[in-house]
Amino acid sequence: MNPFAYTSPRNTTDASALAVPNGDFALPVLKSGGMDLLDRMKEGLERPDLVVDLTRIDDPTLDAIDAGRIGGRVTLAMVAESEELRKSAPILGAASGSAATPQVRNVATVAGNLLQETRCWYWRMSQFDCLRKTGDDCPAREGDHRFHVIFQDGPCLMVHPSNLAPALFVLDGEVEVVGGDRTRIPIRDLYADPAVDWRSASVLSPAEIITGIRFKSAPNSAFIALKQKQSFDWPMVSGYAVLDLDGDVIKSARTCAGAVAPRPHPLPQVDAALAGLSIHDEARIRAACEISVDGADPLPGTAYKMTLLPVAIRRAVAAAAHSAGTARGGDA
Amino acid sequence: MNGGGPTIIGPLPAKTSLQVNGRQLDFVAEPATTLLEALREQCDVTGPKEVCDRAACGGCTVLLDERPVASCMMLALDATDRKITTVEGIGSVDAPDPLQMAMAEFDAMQCGFCTPGVVTAAKALLIQNPRPNLDEIRAALSGNLCRCGTYPNIFNAVLVASGQEPVEEPTDRGRSASGERA
Ligand SMILES: Cc1cc2nc3c(=O)[nH]c(=O)nc-3n(C[C@H](O)[C@H](O)[C@H](O)COP(=O)(O)OP(=O)(O)OC[C@H]3O[C@@H](n4cnc5c(N)ncnc54)[C@H](O)[C@@H]3O)c2cc1C
Ligand code: SF4
Ligand code: FES
Ligand code: FES
Repeated sequence: MNPFAYTSPRNTTDASALAVPNGDFALPVLKSGGMDLLDRMKEGLERPDLVVDLTRIDDPTLDAIDAGRIGGRVTLAMVAESEELRKSAPILGAASGSAATPQVRNVATVAGNLLQETRCWYWRMSQFDCLRKTGDDCPAREGDHRFHVIFQDGPCLMVHPSNLAPALFVLDGEVEVVGGDRTRIPIRDLYADPAVDWRSASVLSPAEIITGIRFKSAPNSAFIALKQKQSFDWPMVSGYAVLDLDGDVIKSARTCAGAVAPRPHPLPQVDAALAGLSIHDEARIRAACEISVDGADPLPGTAYKMTLLPVAIRRAVAAAAHSAGTARGGDA
Repeated sequence: MNGGGPTIIGPLPAKTSLQVNGRQLDFVAEPATTLLEALREQCDVTGPKEVCDRAACGGCTVLLDERPVASCMMLALDATDRKITTVEGIGSVDAPDPLQMAMAEFDAMQCGFCTPGVVTAAKALLIQNPRPNLDEIRAALSGNLCRCGTYPNIFNAVLVASGQEPVEEPTDRGRSASGERA
């Protein structure tokens, strides 16, 4: 890592001020758990002159969990272990508990998880330039793109890496921010349209700090990851479902796909097809989930995801229908 | 110092203190020093191993306030006010922890490079959950890779260290821990 200065502000006002380039420090950067940031610094992708540590801010709301809110500094491990969340929105614990490893989850925060950078290996290696950095081409298009998109929503073919972001999509979540002129951003607006801006990790300005997430409770909610390895790895494809049930009938559904597009990929056509079905009507649920790939334009190396996506969505719907199926971890 | 604002440390080497295995260790290091580098190179605490240097193997596992973390992906400055436990703080050659005895008894290592991280992560589990079942042991150790593939023996060592019976766990190749076909 390059040499840098380090500071631990005690309040978010100071942290915001320090995060904006100024005369003393031209390249300040915010750090929560540092799981993503240090990875990029070690690779030389990020060369800050000041690391602004958010772990010592004196504000207990950053660490609080309740039925409809999680502080931005809460770790993925705490989300996965929370009894409160297991009742109000089991999808959050399942998505958090399935990410990475215990060692990572004990440090990685909710805010950092939403803002982590792409895992595209060309992007992660300093020897490659690409569209998402300063270049004009995407080496993944002709290269090895086996973990990339099937929905080509922009010229960059990365998939969004966060396990939590799609969960917040189906929970109608919002992100709490301080340091700018707004205090809430709907999760669906947190990430830029990849057809217009394929370089930013989010729409936040440098001074804006995520202090928490808010979401609707959803006892019938589930997350399923289809993975190559059960630990250490990001999913190949993930499925997210929230069901509103009337007895055994799906009154309404909200589904979303992860790891298939540059942003979490909501599936309104699946939601419409699921509405009114009995949770026991396996044939029609299967048919509804098959249309999750509508509009996909897979790359040669990602065609296999066309088979995985309907399976991930179907398993998420089944797990959400029988809340016993929303066991911690959510790995299938 | 910077006006009345928060203290700015570095970028030049600065005095740093860590609480490691119950002792305060003071040294001078750049803010860009990871916790793992500080432990190994400044504090001569070499139990935690550098393998991947990317939070992707568990070889550098230490406990931070009793939870396992990857010391390679954390700055030493991030850990200054926390309680750090390394494998050196779990037992000694003269007075090994029951977990370390069980690791030896079950031959739960081959090259031994992953072992300090495994013991540290398993100890954290046993502090939290004194009688974990096999699934809980597997989950707790899912952040520790062993390239020699000693997992079945590690799991049995943790079972025995927590007062339970070892199991004949079939490995992925369809063999049980004792080498018989499952
Ligand atoms: C081996 C491994 C496997 C992994 N597998 C998965 C997986 O399966 N699924 C998954 O979702 N993730 C996975 N991850 C990624 C991990 O979950 C993220 O790196 C982590 O959540 C980031 O959180 P952090 O607190 O460490 O963020 P940091 O690294 O501190 O920050 C990440 C980014 O967010 C910015 N930032 C941090 N906090 C704030 C804030 N409060 N306000 C504004 N900006 C902020 C930082 O400036 C930085 O750009 C994996 C990581 C590893 C190492
Ligand atoms: S997919 Fe995106 S991040 Fe990866 S090489 Fe192409 S442009 Fe860069
Ligand atoms: S060396 Fe830290 S996890 Fe591999
Ligand atoms: S004993 Fe060799 S890596 Fe585990």
